[in-house]
Amino acid sequence: MDIVAVIIKVILAALTIGVAFGIAGLLTWVERKQSAVMQDRIGANRAKIFGFKALGLFHAIADVLKMLSKEEFIPAGANKFLFNLAPYLSVIFALVGFAAIPFGNQLILGDRVIELQLANINVGLLFIFAMMSMGVYGVVLAGFSSNNNYSFLGGMRGSAQMIAYEVTMGAAIMGIIMVYNTLDLQALVRAQGEYMFGGWLPKWGIFVQPFAFLLFLTAATAETKRTPFDLPEGESEIIGYFVEYSGMKFGMFFMADLIETVLVSALMATLFLGGWQVAYLSPDGFHFPWGTFVAVPHIWVAILGMIAFFLKLSFFIWLLMTVRWTLPRFRYDQLMRLGWQILLPASLVNIAVTAIVITLLR
Amino acid sequence: METPKRRAELEKYYDPNSTFGHLRVAQMKRSWKLKNRRELTWWESTYIPTLFSGVWLTSAHFFRNLGLHILHQVGLKKDVRAAATYQYPEEKRPLALRARTRHRLTKREDGTPRCVACMMCETVCPARCIEITAAEHPDPNIEKFPAEFILDLGKCVYCGFCVEVCPEDAIRMDTQRLDIAEYSRESMIYNKERLMNG
Repeated sequence: MDIVAVIIKVILAALTIGVAFGIAGLLTWVERKQSAVMQDRIGANRAKIFGFKALGLFHAIADVLKMLSKEEFIPAGANKFLFNLAPYLSVIFALVGFAAIPFGNQLILGDRVIELQLANINVGLLFIFAMMSMGVYGVVLAGFSSNNNYSFLGGMRGSAQMIAYEVTMGAAIMGIIMVYNTLDLQALVRAQGEYMFGGWLPKWGIFVQPFAFLLFLTAATAETKRTPFDLPEGESEIIGYFVEYSGMKFGMFFMADLIETVLVSALMATLFLGGWQVAYLSPDGFHFPWGTFVAVPHIWVAILGMIAFFLKLSFFIWLLMTVRWTLPRFRYDQLMRLGWQILLPASLVNIAVTAIVITLLR
Repeated sequence: METPKRRAELEKYYDPNSTFGHLRVAQMKRSWKLKNRRELTWWESTYIPTLFSGVWLTSAHFFRNLGLHILHQVGLKKDVRAAATYQYPEEKRPLALRARTRHRLTKREDGTPRCVACMMCETVCPARCIEITAAEHPDPNIEKFPAEFILDLGKCVYCGFCVEVCPEDAIRMDTQRLDIAEYSRESMIYNKERLMNG
Protein backbone atom coordinates (compact mmCIF):
# COMPACT_ATOMS: atom_id res chain seq x y z
CA MET A 1 0.00 0.00 0.00
CA ASP A 2 1.51 3.31 -0.96
CA ILE A 3 1.68 6.33 1.30
CA VAL A 4 -0.77 8.41 -0.77
CA ALA A 5 -3.47 5.79 -0.37
CA VAL A 6 -2.93 5.85 3.39
CA ILE A 7 -3.17 9.64 3.46
CA ILE A 8 -6.36 9.51 1.41
CA LYS A 9 -7.86 6.96 3.81
CA VAL A 10 -6.92 9.08 6.82
CA ILE A 11 -8.52 12.15 5.25
CA LEU A 12 -11.64 10.13 4.40
CA ALA A 13 -11.79 8.77 7.95
CA ALA A 14 -11.45 12.23 9.46
CA LEU A 15 -14.14 13.52 7.09
CA THR A 16 -16.55 10.68 7.83
CA ILE A 17 -16.19 10.90 11.60
CA GLY A 18 -16.21 14.69 11.47
CA VAL A 19 -19.34 14.83 9.36
CA ALA A 20 -21.09 12.21 11.49
CA PHE A 21 -20.18 14.06 14.67
CA GLY A 22 -21.06 17.38 13.10
CA ILE A 23 -24.49 16.22 12.00
CA ALA A 24 -25.10 14.74 15.45
CA GLY A 25 -24.10 18.03 17.06
CA LEU A 26 -26.33 19.92 14.68
CA LEU A 27 -29.18 17.57 15.59
CA THR A 28 -29.34 19.06 19.09
CA TRP A 29 -30.31 22.28 17.38
CA VAL A 30 -32.51 20.55 14.78
CA GLU A 31 -34.34 18.71 17.51
CA ARG A 32 -35.14 21.88 19.42
CA LYS A 33 -36.13 23.86 16.36
CA GLN A 34 -38.08 21.12 14.62
CA SER A 35 -40.07 20.27 17.73
CA ALA A 36 -40.77 23.97 18.21
CA VAL A 37 -41.96 24.50 14.66
CA MET A 38 -44.11 21.37 14.85
CA GLN A 39 -45.73 22.62 18.04
CA ASP A 40 -46.34 26.20 16.81
CA ARG A 41 -43.49 27.53 18.91
CA ILE A 42 -40.29 29.34 17.97
CA GLY A 43 -37.66 27.43 19.88
CA ALA A 44 -34.30 28.35 21.30
CA ASN A 45 -33.30 31.73 19.85
CA ARG A 46 -31.70 33.72 22.67
CA ALA A 47 -28.02 32.80 22.52
CA LYS A 48 -26.15 35.38 20.48
CA ILE A 49 -22.61 36.32 19.64
CA PHE A 50 -22.02 40.02 18.81
CA GLY A 51 -25.75 40.43 18.29
CA PHE A 52 -26.01 37.60 15.77
CA LYS A 53 -28.53 34.96 16.68
CA ALA A 54 -28.10 32.70 13.61
CA LEU A 55 -31.52 31.09 14.22
CA GLY A 56 -30.40 29.84 17.61
CA LEU A 57 -27.50 27.82 16.24
CA PHE A 58 -25.24 29.09 19.02
CA HIS A 59 -27.31 27.18 21.53
CA ALA A 60 -25.48 24.03 20.47
CA ILE A 61 -22.18 25.71 21.38
CA ALA A 62 -23.66 27.07 24.59
CA ASP A 63 -24.81 23.56 25.51
CA VAL A 64 -21.36 22.12 24.96
CA LEU A 65 -19.75 24.89 27.04
CA LYS A 66 -22.26 24.27 29.80
CA MET A 67 -21.64 20.52 29.73
CA LEU A 68 -17.87 20.97 29.81
CA SER A 69 -17.93 23.41 32.70
CA LYS A 70 -20.25 21.39 34.92
CA GLU A 71 -19.04 19.30 37.80
CA GLU A 72 -18.40 15.67 36.92
CA PHE A 73 -19.90 13.81 39.82
CA ILE A 74 -19.14 10.17 40.54
CA PRO A 75 -21.33 8.52 43.18
CA ALA A 76 -19.57 7.14 46.24
CA GLY A 77 -20.28 3.46 45.67
CA ALA A 78 -19.76 3.52 41.91
CA ASN A 79 -17.21 1.40 40.11
CA LYS A 80 -15.07 4.29 38.89
CA PHE A 81 -13.42 2.51 35.97
CA LEU A 82 -16.63 1.15 34.47
CA PHE A 83 -18.48 4.35 35.29
CA ASN A 84 -15.98 6.35 33.27
CA LEU A 85 -15.75 3.76 30.52
CA ALA A 86 -19.48 3.48 29.76
CA PRO A 87 -20.06 6.80 27.93
CA TYR A 88 -16.97 6.27 25.77
CA LEU A 89 -18.19 2.81 24.77
CA SER A 90 -21.56 4.26 23.81
CA VAL A 91 -20.09 6.99 21.61
CA ILE A 92 -17.30 4.92 20.06
CA PHE A 93 -19.44 1.99 19.00
CA ALA A 94 -22.01 4.39 17.55
CA LEU A 95 -19.28 6.17 15.56
CA VAL A 96 -17.43 3.06 14.35
CA GLY A 97 -20.52 1.91 12.47
CA PHE A 98 -20.07 4.73 9.96
CA ALA A 99 -16.93 3.06 8.62
CA ALA A 100 -18.94 0.63 6.52
CA ILE A 101 -21.50 3.10 5.17
CA PRO A 102 -20.87 3.90 1.49
CA PHE A 103 -21.60 7.56 0.86
CA GLY A 104 -20.67 7.64 -2.80
CA ASN A 105 -19.52 5.62 -5.76
CA GLN A 106 -15.88 5.52 -6.86
CA LEU A 107 -14.22 8.84 -7.42
CA ILE A 108 -11.55 8.70 -10.14
CA LEU A 109 -8.91 11.42 -9.84
CA GLY A 110 -6.21 11.00 -12.47
CA ASP A 111 -5.29 7.32 -12.40
CA ARG A 112 -6.27 6.86 -8.76
CA VAL A 113 -9.59 5.23 -7.84
CA ILE A 114 -10.95 6.41 -4.49
CA GLU A 115 -13.71 4.32 -2.96
CA LEU A 116 -16.13 6.68 -1.24
CA GLN A 117 -16.52 4.29 1.63
CA LEU A 118 -14.25 4.16 4.63
CA ALA A 119 -13.84 0.41 5.02
CA ASN A 120 -14.85 -1.80 2.14
CA ILE A 121 -15.78 -4.78 4.28
CA ASN A 122 -17.46 -7.62 2.41
CA VAL A 123 -19.70 -8.28 5.44
CA GLY A 124 -20.31 -4.57 6.06
CA LEU A 125 -23.90 -5.13 7.10
CA LEU A 126 -22.90 -7.64 9.77
CA PHE A 127 -20.17 -5.27 10.93
CA ILE A 128 -22.65 -2.43 11.45
CA PHE A 129 -25.04 -4.70 13.28
CA ALA A 130 -22.25 -5.99 15.49
CA MET A 131 -21.22 -2.45 16.37
CA MET A 132 -24.80 -1.41 17.11
CA SER A 133 -25.18 -4.44 19.36
CA MET A 134 -21.95 -3.56 21.15
CA GLY A 135 -23.50 -0.18 21.93
CA VAL A 136 -25.68 -1.89 24.49
CA TYR A 137 -22.57 -2.43 26.63
CA GLY A 138 -22.41 1.29 27.29
CA VAL A 139 -26.02 1.20 28.48
CA VAL A 140 -25.58 -1.88 30.66
CA LEU A 141 -22.31 -0.73 32.17
CA ALA A 142 -23.67 2.74 32.92
CA GLY A 143 -26.64 1.23 34.70
CA PHE A 144 -24.56 -1.40 36.46
CA SER A 145 -21.66 0.75 37.65
CA SER A 146 -23.65 3.71 39.01
CA ASN A 147 -24.57 1.96 42.28
CA ASN A 148 -28.13 3.19 41.88
CA ASN A 149 -31.17 0.95 41.62
CA TYR A 150 -32.90 3.27 39.19
CA SER A 151 -29.90 3.34 36.89
CA PHE A 152 -29.72 -0.41 37.14
CA LEU A 153 -33.38 -0.73 36.17
CA GLY A 154 -32.78 1.60 33.25
CA GLY A 155 -29.80 -0.44 32.12
CA MET A 156 -31.79 -3.66 32.34
CA ARG A 157 -34.64 -2.12 30.38
CA GLY A 158 -32.17 -0.87 27.82
CA SER A 159 -30.50 -4.22 27.29
CA ALA A 160 -33.82 -6.10 27.15
CA GLN A 161 -35.21 -3.62 24.64
CA MET A 162 -32.14 -3.58 22.45
CA ILE A 163 -31.95 -7.36 22.32
CA ALA A 164 -35.65 -7.60 21.48
CA TYR A 165 -35.45 -5.10 18.66
CA GLU A 166 -32.05 -6.17 17.37
CA VAL A 167 -33.57 -9.55 16.52
CA THR A 168 -36.38 -7.91 14.55
CA MET A 169 -33.93 -5.61 12.82
CA GLY A 170 -31.78 -8.53 11.74
CA ALA A 171 -34.78 -10.51 10.61
CA ALA A 172 -36.21 -7.53 8.69
CA ILE A 173 -33.10 -7.11 6.54
CA MET A 174 -32.96 -10.82 5.76
CA GLY A 175 -35.40 -10.09 2.95
CA ILE A 176 -33.10 -7.39 1.57
CA ILE A 177 -30.11 -9.75 1.73
CA MET A 178 -32.07 -12.45 -0.09
CA VAL A 179 -33.12 -10.05 -2.85
CA TYR A 180 -29.69 -8.52 -3.47
CA ASN A 181 -27.64 -11.58 -2.51
CA THR A 182 -24.90 -9.68 -0.73
CA LEU A 183 -23.78 -8.44 2.67
CA ASP A 184 -21.38 -5.90 1.19
CA LEU A 185 -23.03 -2.51 1.50
CA GLN A 186 -21.30 -1.03 -1.55
CA ALA A 187 -22.37 -4.00 -3.67
CA LEU A 188 -25.84 -3.72 -2.17
CA VAL A 189 -26.10 -0.10 -3.26
CA ARG A 190 -24.78 -0.96 -6.73
CA ALA A 191 -27.40 -3.71 -7.00
CA GLN A 192 -30.05 -1.09 -6.24
CA GLY A 193 -29.05 0.76 -9.39
CA GLU A 194 -31.05 -1.68 -11.53
CA TYR A 195 -34.60 -1.01 -12.67
CA MET A 196 -37.88 -2.86 -12.54
CA PHE A 197 -41.06 -2.69 -14.64
CA GLY A 198 -39.36 -1.93 -17.94
CA GLY A 199 -36.82 0.49 -16.50
CA TRP A 200 -39.28 2.88 -14.85
CA LEU A 201 -38.98 2.01 -11.18
CA PRO A 202 -35.54 1.90 -9.53
CA LYS A 203 -34.91 -1.41 -7.78
CA TRP A 204 -34.60 0.27 -4.39
CA GLY A 205 -35.14 -1.65 -1.16
CA ILE A 206 -38.29 0.25 -0.28
CA PHE A 207 -39.98 -0.86 -3.54
CA VAL A 208 -38.76 -4.45 -3.30
CA GLN A 209 -39.33 -4.92 0.43
CA PRO A 210 -41.86 -2.30 1.66
CA PHE A 211 -42.96 -4.39 4.62
CA ALA A 212 -39.39 -4.99 5.73
CA PHE A 213 -38.92 -1.23 5.55
CA LEU A 214 -41.74 -0.61 8.03
CA LEU A 215 -40.40 -3.30 10.37
CA PHE A 216 -36.88 -1.95 10.10
CA LEU A 217 -38.04 1.63 10.70
CA THR A 218 -39.85 0.60 13.88
CA ALA A 219 -36.95 -1.50 15.15
CA ALA A 220 -34.46 1.21 14.25
CA THR A 221 -36.44 3.81 16.21
CA ALA A 222 -36.29 1.44 19.17
CA GLU A 223 -32.58 1.01 18.59
CA THR A 224 -31.92 4.74 18.95
CA LYS A 225 -33.59 4.65 22.39
CA ARG A 226 -35.70 7.72 21.65
CA THR A 227 -39.41 8.31 22.18
CA PRO A 228 -41.68 6.30 21.65
CA PHE A 229 -39.15 3.69 22.78
CA ASP A 230 -37.24 5.77 25.34
CA LEU A 231 -37.87 3.55 28.35
CA PRO A 232 -34.19 2.99 29.13
CA GLU A 233 -33.75 6.75 29.36
CA GLY A 234 -37.08 7.76 30.76
CA GLU A 235 -36.65 11.52 30.62
CA SER A 236 -40.06 11.95 32.21
CA GLU A 237 -39.37 9.59 35.11
CA ILE A 238 -36.31 8.91 37.19
CA ILE A 239 -35.51 5.48 35.79
CA GLY A 240 -32.74 5.86 33.25
CA TYR A 241 -29.33 4.31 32.87
CA PHE A 242 -27.58 7.68 33.02
CA VAL A 243 -29.33 9.28 36.01
CA GLU A 244 -26.01 9.44 37.91
CA TYR A 245 -24.08 11.05 35.06
CA SER A 246 -23.41 14.76 34.88
CA GLY A 247 -21.40 17.12 32.75
CA MET A 248 -19.91 15.98 29.48
CA LYS A 249 -20.33 12.29 30.33
CA PHE A 250 -24.07 12.80 30.26
CA GLY A 251 -23.49 14.82 27.10
CA MET A 252 -21.72 11.82 25.57
CA PHE A 253 -24.71 9.56 26.17
CA PHE A 254 -26.87 12.27 24.68
CA MET A 255 -24.57 12.51 21.67
CA ALA A 256 -24.46 8.71 21.34
CA ASP A 257 -28.24 8.74 20.89
CA LEU A 258 -28.03 11.36 18.19
CA ILE A 259 -25.10 9.64 16.47
CA GLU A 260 -27.13 6.45 16.48
CA THR A 261 -30.00 8.37 14.92
CA VAL A 262 -27.68 9.48 12.13
CA LEU A 263 -26.25 5.96 11.77
CA VAL A 264 -29.66 4.34 11.60
CA SER A 265 -30.82 6.96 9.08
CA ALA A 266 -27.72 6.33 6.97
CA LEU A 267 -28.34 2.60 7.17
CA MET A 268 -31.97 3.02 6.13
CA ALA A 269 -30.96 5.28 3.25
CA THR A 270 -28.41 2.67 2.16
CA LEU A 271 -30.64 -0.36 2.48
CA PHE A 272 -33.99 1.01 1.39
CA LEU A 273 -33.52 4.19 -0.64
CA GLY A 274 -30.58 3.13 -2.78
CA GLY A 275 -27.81 4.90 -0.87
CA TRP A 276 -25.95 7.21 -3.25
CA GLN A 277 -27.97 6.08 -6.27
CA VAL A 278 -29.71 8.88 -8.13
CA ALA A 279 -32.67 7.59 -10.11
CA TYR A 280 -31.73 6.99 -13.78
CA LEU A 281 -28.16 8.21 -13.23
CA SER A 282 -25.49 5.83 -14.58
CA PRO A 283 -21.73 6.45 -14.35
CA ASP A 284 -21.82 8.21 -17.76
CA GLY A 285 -24.99 10.24 -17.34
CA PHE A 286 -28.78 10.16 -17.07
CA HIS A 287 -30.51 7.34 -18.99
CA PHE A 288 -34.18 8.23 -18.76
CA PRO A 289 -36.67 5.41 -19.41
CA TRP A 290 -38.25 7.36 -22.29
CA GLY A 291 -34.95 7.19 -24.13
CA THR A 292 -33.44 10.61 -23.44
CA PHE A 293 -29.75 10.62 -22.54
CA VAL A 294 -28.02 13.48 -20.73
CA ALA A 295 -24.25 13.14 -20.39
CA VAL A 296 -22.81 14.14 -17.01
CA PRO A 297 -19.05 14.48 -16.32
CA HIS A 298 -17.60 11.96 -13.89
CA ILE A 299 -16.89 14.40 -11.06
CA TRP A 300 -20.50 15.57 -11.14
CA VAL A 301 -21.78 12.01 -11.02
CA ALA A 302 -19.79 11.49 -7.82
CA ILE A 303 -20.97 14.78 -6.32
CA LEU A 304 -24.61 14.15 -7.28
CA GLY A 305 -24.34 10.74 -5.66
CA MET A 306 -23.06 12.21 -2.41
CA ILE A 307 -25.75 14.92 -2.46
CA ALA A 308 -28.39 12.25 -3.03
CA PHE A 309 -27.06 10.23 -0.11
CA PHE A 310 -27.15 13.23 2.22
CA LEU A 311 -30.65 14.19 1.09
CA LYS A 312 -31.88 10.66 1.80
CA LEU A 313 -30.06 10.74 5.14
CA SER A 314 -31.69 14.07 6.01
CA PHE A 315 -35.09 12.74 5.05
CA PHE A 316 -34.77 9.81 7.44
CA ILE A 317 -33.44 12.04 10.22
CA TRP A 318 -36.44 14.31 9.67
CA LEU A 319 -38.75 11.30 9.78
CA LEU A 320 -37.24 9.95 13.01
CA MET A 321 -37.45 13.40 14.59
CA THR A 322 -41.07 13.80 13.52
CA VAL A 323 -41.95 10.40 14.94
CA ARG A 324 -40.10 11.24 18.13
CA TRP A 325 -42.10 14.46 18.63
CA THR A 326 -45.42 12.96 17.56
CA LEU A 327 -45.93 9.69 19.39
CA PRO A 328 -46.27 9.16 23.12
CA ARG A 329 -44.06 6.50 24.65
CA PHE A 330 -45.00 2.88 25.11
CA ARG A 331 -45.55 1.19 28.42
CA TYR A 332 -42.85 -1.38 29.12
CA ASP A 333 -45.07 -4.44 28.68
CA GLN A 334 -46.48 -2.99 25.46
CA LEU A 335 -42.94 -2.47 24.23
CA MET A 336 -41.97 -6.07 24.89
CA ARG A 337 -45.21 -7.38 23.40
CA LEU A 338 -44.72 -5.30 20.28
CA GLY A 339 -41.15 -6.49 19.91
CA TRP A 340 -41.50 -10.19 20.56
CA GLN A 341 -45.12 -10.96 19.69
CA ILE A 342 -45.81 -8.68 16.72
CA LEU A 343 -42.65 -7.44 15.03
CA LEU A 344 -40.62 -10.64 15.26
CA PRO A 345 -43.33 -12.96 13.84
CA ALA A 346 -44.11 -10.35 11.18
CA SER A 347 -40.47 -10.22 10.12
CA LEU A 348 -40.32 -14.02 10.01
CA VAL A 349 -43.42 -14.05 7.80
CA ASN A 350 -41.71 -11.47 5.60
CA ILE A 351 -38.67 -13.75 5.24
CA ALA A 352 -40.86 -16.73 4.33
CA VAL A 353 -42.90 -14.79 1.76
CA THR A 354 -39.76 -13.29 0.22
CA ALA A 355 -38.17 -16.72 -0.04
CA ILE A 356 -41.24 -18.20 -1.71
CA VAL A 357 -41.55 -15.30 -4.18
CA ILE A 358 -37.85 -15.45 -5.07
CA THR A 359 -38.04 -19.21 -5.63
CA LEU A 360 -41.14 -18.84 -7.81
CA LEU A 361 -39.60 -16.04 -9.88
CA ARG A 362 -36.38 -17.95 -10.48
CA MET B 1 -77.36 4.80 23.62
CA GLU B 2 -80.03 2.39 24.71
CA THR B 3 -79.34 -1.12 23.47
CA PRO B 4 -81.61 -4.14 24.25
CA LYS B 5 -78.96 -5.46 26.58
CA ARG B 6 -78.85 -2.22 28.48
CA ARG B 7 -82.67 -2.02 28.50
CA ALA B 8 -82.75 -5.44 30.19
CA GLU B 9 -80.16 -4.29 32.68
CA LEU B 10 -82.25 -1.22 33.40
CA GLU B 11 -85.42 -3.23 33.94
CA LYS B 12 -83.61 -5.56 36.26
CA TYR B 13 -82.49 -2.73 38.51
CA TYR B 14 -85.42 -0.38 38.06
CA ASP B 15 -87.98 -0.79 40.85
CA PRO B 16 -91.14 1.31 40.24
CA ASN B 17 -91.98 1.24 43.98
CA SER B 18 -88.60 2.54 44.96
CA THR B 19 -88.48 6.16 46.09
CA PHE B 20 -85.28 6.86 44.22
CA GLY B 21 -85.97 4.66 41.20
CA HIS B 22 -85.86 7.58 38.78
CA LEU B 23 -82.50 8.64 40.20
CA ARG B 24 -81.11 5.17 39.64
CA VAL B 25 -82.33 5.27 36.01
CA ALA B 26 -80.73 8.67 35.45
CA GLN B 27 -77.50 7.45 36.98
CA MET B 28 -77.42 4.42 34.71
CA LYS B 29 -78.13 6.49 31.63
CA ARG B 30 -75.26 8.78 32.56
CA SER B 31 -72.95 5.81 32.91
CA TRP B 32 -73.97 4.62 29.43
CA LYS B 33 -72.68 7.85 28.04
CA LEU B 34 -69.33 7.16 29.67
CA LYS B 35 -69.33 3.58 28.43
CA ASN B 36 -70.23 4.70 24.93
CA ARG B 37 -66.74 3.88 23.65
CA ARG B 38 -66.88 1.52 20.77
CA GLU B 39 -64.52 -1.39 20.45
CA LEU B 40 -61.55 -0.83 18.15
CA THR B 41 -61.62 -2.72 14.90
CA TRP B 42 -58.68 -4.98 14.10
CA TRP B 43 -57.18 -2.43 11.74
CA GLU B 44 -57.45 0.33 14.33
CA SER B 45 -55.98 -1.85 17.07
CA THR B 46 -52.74 -2.14 15.09
CA TYR B 47 -52.37 1.64 15.72
CA ILE B 48 -51.11 2.05 12.16
CA PRO B 49 -53.90 4.45 11.00
CA THR B 50 -53.53 6.58 14.16
CA LEU B 51 -49.78 6.55 13.75
CA PHE B 52 -49.98 7.85 10.23
CA SER B 53 -52.64 10.45 11.01
CA GLY B 54 -50.54 11.65 13.94
CA VAL B 55 -47.40 12.02 11.87
CA TRP B 56 -49.49 13.67 9.15
CA LEU B 57 -50.87 16.21 11.63
CA THR B 58 -47.53 17.17 13.14
CA SER B 59 -45.73 17.33 9.82
CA ALA B 60 -48.55 19.45 8.37
CA HIS B 61 -47.97 21.90 11.22
CA PHE B 62 -44.23 21.65 10.61
CA PHE B 63 -44.37 22.51 6.93
CA ARG B 64 -47.00 25.24 7.37
CA ASN B 65 -44.98 26.96 10.10
CA LEU B 66 -41.67 26.43 8.33
CA GLY B 67 -43.06 28.00 5.16
CA LEU B 68 -44.44 30.94 7.13
CA HIS B 69 -41.15 31.43 8.97
CA ILE B 70 -39.30 31.54 5.65
CA LEU B 71 -41.85 33.99 4.20
CA HIS B 72 -41.48 36.18 7.30
CA GLN B 73 -37.72 36.25 6.79
CA VAL B 74 -38.21 37.77 3.33
CA GLY B 75 -40.94 40.09 4.62
CA LEU B 76 -44.08 38.41 3.32
CA LYS B 77 -47.26 37.27 5.09
CA LYS B 78 -46.29 39.14 8.26
CA ASP B 79 -49.93 39.19 9.38
CA VAL B 80 -50.15 35.39 9.66
CA ARG B 81 -48.47 34.15 12.79
CA ALA B 82 -46.16 31.16 12.39
CA ALA B 83 -45.99 30.51 16.12
CA ALA B 84 -48.51 30.91 18.89
CA THR B 85 -45.88 32.16 21.33
CA TYR B 86 -45.06 35.75 22.27
CA GLN B 87 -41.41 36.75 22.60
CA TYR B 88 -42.19 38.02 26.07
CA PRO B 89 -39.91 40.80 27.22
CA GLU B 90 -39.86 42.39 23.77
CA GLU B 91 -43.35 41.48 22.69
CA LYS B 92 -46.04 41.66 25.34
CA ARG B 93 -49.23 39.71 25.20
CA PRO B 94 -52.21 42.07 24.77
CA LEU B 95 -54.23 42.34 27.98
CA ALA B 96 -57.96 42.88 28.29
CA LEU B 97 -58.79 46.53 29.07
CA ARG B 98 -60.64 45.43 32.19
CA ALA B 99 -57.71 43.34 33.44
CA ARG B 100 -56.76 44.27 37.00
CA THR B 101 -53.17 45.42 36.79
CA ARG B 102 -50.93 47.62 38.92
CA HIS B 103 -52.70 50.51 40.67
CA ARG B 104 -52.38 54.20 39.97
CA LEU B 105 -53.72 57.28 41.72
CA THR B 106 -55.65 59.54 39.38
CA LYS B 107 -54.99 63.27 39.40
CA ARG B 108 -57.07 66.43 39.40
CA GLU B 109 -56.55 69.01 36.65
CA ASP B 110 -53.97 70.79 38.78
CA GLY B 111 -51.97 67.60 39.27
CA THR B 112 -52.86 66.94 42.88
CA PRO B 113 -54.30 63.52 43.77
CA ARG B 114 -58.03 63.08 43.36
CA CYS B 115 -58.01 61.09 46.59
CA VAL B 116 -59.82 62.67 49.55
CA ALA B 117 -58.35 60.30 52.14
CA CYS B 118 -61.76 58.86 53.04
CA MET B 119 -60.05 55.59 54.11
CA MET B 120 -62.64 53.48 52.27
CA CYS B 121 -60.00 51.53 50.34
CA GLU B 122 -57.84 51.06 53.41
CA THR B 123 -60.88 49.71 55.27
CA VAL B 124 -62.06 47.36 52.54
CA CYS B 125 -58.65 46.00 51.62
CA PRO B 126 -58.58 42.31 52.58
CA ALA B 127 -54.79 42.18 52.48
CA ARG B 128 -54.38 45.41 54.47
CA CYS B 129 -51.79 46.65 52.05
CA ILE B 130 -52.96 50.29 51.90
CA GLU B 131 -51.92 52.80 54.51
CA ILE B 132 -53.14 56.39 54.14
CA THR B 133 -51.99 59.35 56.22
CA ALA B 134 -54.66 62.03 55.94
CA ALA B 135 -54.12 65.78 56.15
CA GLU B 136 -56.37 68.83 55.92
CA HIS B 137 -56.75 70.22 52.41
CA PRO B 138 -56.15 73.97 51.97
CA ASP B 139 -59.21 74.23 49.68
CA PRO B 140 -62.31 74.54 52.00
CA ASN B 141 -64.41 72.66 49.40
CA ILE B 142 -62.22 69.57 49.84
CA GLU B 143 -62.06 68.21 53.33
CA LYS B 144 -58.89 66.07 53.30
CA PHE B 145 -56.09 64.87 51.08
CA PRO B 146 -53.58 62.04 51.48
CA ALA B 147 -50.32 63.37 52.89
CA GLU B 148 -48.94 59.91 52.16
CA PHE B 149 -50.48 56.95 50.34
CA ILE B 150 -48.56 53.71 50.90
CA LEU B 151 -49.50 50.63 48.89
CA ASP B 152 -47.49 47.45 49.53
CA LEU B 153 -47.61 45.43 46.31
CA GLY B 154 -45.93 42.57 48.14
CA LYS B 155 -49.11 42.14 50.11
CA CYS B 156 -51.71 43.16 47.49
CA VAL B 157 -53.90 40.35 46.17
CA TYR B 158 -55.18 42.34 43.15
CA CYS B 159 -58.82 41.87 44.19
CA GLY B 160 -59.78 45.32 42.97
CA PHE B 161 -62.00 46.12 45.98
CA CYS B 162 -60.18 49.44 46.50
CA VAL B 163 -61.13 50.50 42.99
CA GLU B 164 -64.74 49.45 43.40
CA VAL B 165 -65.17 51.13 46.75
CA CYS B 166 -63.56 54.46 45.85
CA PRO B 167 -66.21 57.24 45.72
CA GLU B 168 -63.91 59.69 43.94
CA ASP B 169 -62.51 57.44 41.13
CA ALA B 170 -59.14 58.23 42.68
CA ILE B 171 -57.56 54.80 42.44
CA ARG B 172 -57.60 52.67 39.32
CA MET B 173 -55.99 49.40 38.26
CA ASP B 174 -55.52 50.15 34.60
CA THR B 175 -51.78 50.67 34.12
CA GLN B 176 -51.58 47.36 32.17
CA ARG B 177 -48.43 46.57 34.09
CA LEU B 178 -48.11 43.07 35.52
CA ASP B 179 -44.37 42.41 35.43
CA ILE B 180 -43.60 43.83 38.84
CA ALA B 181 -40.36 42.39 40.12
CA GLU B 182 -37.97 43.92 42.62
CA TYR B 183 -34.85 42.88 44.47
CA SER B 184 -36.19 43.69 47.94
CA ARG B 185 -39.49 43.75 49.79
CA GLU B 186 -38.99 47.44 50.57
CA SER B 187 -39.01 48.41 46.92
CA MET B 188 -42.34 46.63 46.49
CA ILE B 189 -43.85 49.30 48.74
CA TYR B 190 -45.19 52.11 46.54
CA ASN B 191 -45.63 55.61 47.90
CA LYS B 192 -47.86 58.40 46.62
CA GLU B 193 -45.38 59.68 44.04
CA ARG B 194 -44.76 56.27 42.48
CA LEU B 195 -48.46 55.52 42.38
CA MET B 196 -49.25 58.86 40.73
CA ASN B 197 -46.40 59.04 38.26
CA GLY B 198 -44.90 55.58 37.76
